[in-house]
Amino acid sequence: MKLVIIDYGAGNIKSIQFAFNRLGYEAILSKNPEEIKTADKVIFPGVGEASSAMKMLKESGLDTLIPTLKQPVLGICLGMQLMCLHTEEGDTKGLGIFQTKVKRFSQNVKVPQMGWNVIKELKSDLFKGIKENEYMYLVHSYYAEHCDETIAATDYEINYASALQHENFYGTQFHPEKSGNEGAKILQNFLTL
Amino acid sequence: MLTKRIIPCLDIKNGRTVKGVNFVDLRDAGDPVELAKQYADYGADELVFLDITATLEARATTLEMVLHVAEQVNIPFTVGGGISSVEHVDALLKNGADKVSINSSAVKRPELVNELADKFGSQCVVVAIDAKEIDGAWKVHLAGGTIPTEIDLFEWAKEVEERGAGEILFTSMNHDGTKGGFANKALARLSEELNIPIIASGGAGNVQHFIDTFTIGKSDAALAASVFHFGEIPIPDLKKELKKHNIEVRL
Repeated sequence: MKLVIIDYGAGNIKSIQFAFNRLGYEAILSKNPEEIKTADKVIFPGVGEASSAMKMLKESGLDTLIPTLKQPVLGICLGMQLMCLHTEEGDTKGLGIFQTKVKRFSQNVKVPQMGWNVIKELKSDLFKGIKENEYMYLVHSYYAEHCDETIAATDYEINYASALQHENFYGTQFHPEKSGNEGAKILQNFLTL
Repeated sequence: MLTKRIIPCLDIKNGRTVKGVNFVDLRDAGDPVELAKQYADYGADELVFLDITATLEARATTLEMVLHVAEQVNIPFTVGGGISSVEHVDALLKNGADKVSINSSAVKRPELVNELADKFGSQCVVVAIDAKEIDGAWKVHLAGGTIPTEIDLFEWAKEVEERGAGEILFTSMNHDGTKGGFANKALARLSEELNIPIIASGGAGNVQHFIDTFTIGKSDAALAASVFHFGEIPIPDLKKELKKHNIEVRL
């Protein structure tokens, strides 16, 4: 299996690569469109600030490539948020794959949400073998609003989409690569989609 | 609900764990990777590695250690100790650290907090603050608590939040090493005045201390070293007790 992690200069991608290594898979880091197009599975990571991440995507032309991909694609954290219509962070237009918007948590809660929270209302093969209310590790100040494409929900101030799916595109707000053995199961599930 | 976090802290010297650890089933208690894996299995929510050597030579060894931890451990971890530049943080994050913690270097050059938050995001910037209560006023101390300053804990904490810190790790020097409980009054004030997570550190001695810091101290996470390393408080037992007291934890 050819597994490619999109390397556009954002975030801690080593952790994702290592997580797949632990499952016995070699993941390639690449921003080469040919390499990404011919992958069996694509991971779209992202940690950091939305507008600068989007700028980096545009510079490498990946903003137009990603929405055309046909194989399973998994956006993680900011990766997932950038796949939405718009994010309030830096007033940034997203890739428009998921029909929802990304907003900032209010001052009524501590921001960022940092730590382990539960995912529920699980709705996809991505969560095969994962029980309702399983704990996942999250670090984020912005959240995707609930929509028809929500495949997992989490409560923090409000009930929001902690995972999304549209056709071959998947996104998780949480970090499966940092969520212990249950997170590893989700990555394994993604590889068998 | 977002859970309260339990964070063991490991002191590292030349890439090895230094403070004695007493895990019966560990082959090499000085191996940070093995220890980290063990803690992950016990249900620790995160780990902190504090590099107490932090000389230039040790830095390369620490980077290598970070890489090995990231390879094998599937929970988040923070690296601290002697970090004072964007380049150093870049290297640590590239090797797989999830967060870095800065302390004296932020006091000496507060702009460092902005620089790190702008470049890597607030989520990976932990500002550690060592403070001591002297005549009713909490004063920030530097260099592992050895150098006093006139800086007020609460003002400094607010300043680093504004500069982009994602989290505060507050160690009370009055409580550290006493095993008499955390500095809950100061912790609660930090939690009320700031809008970022607060990690309590210094003073853990028994289970009740953890219950108190999560309720009275309003802490978001609690860090400890010896009570975990010497098996005085097994993490699974601690979490079960916290749950019994209606404190949300990951079990």
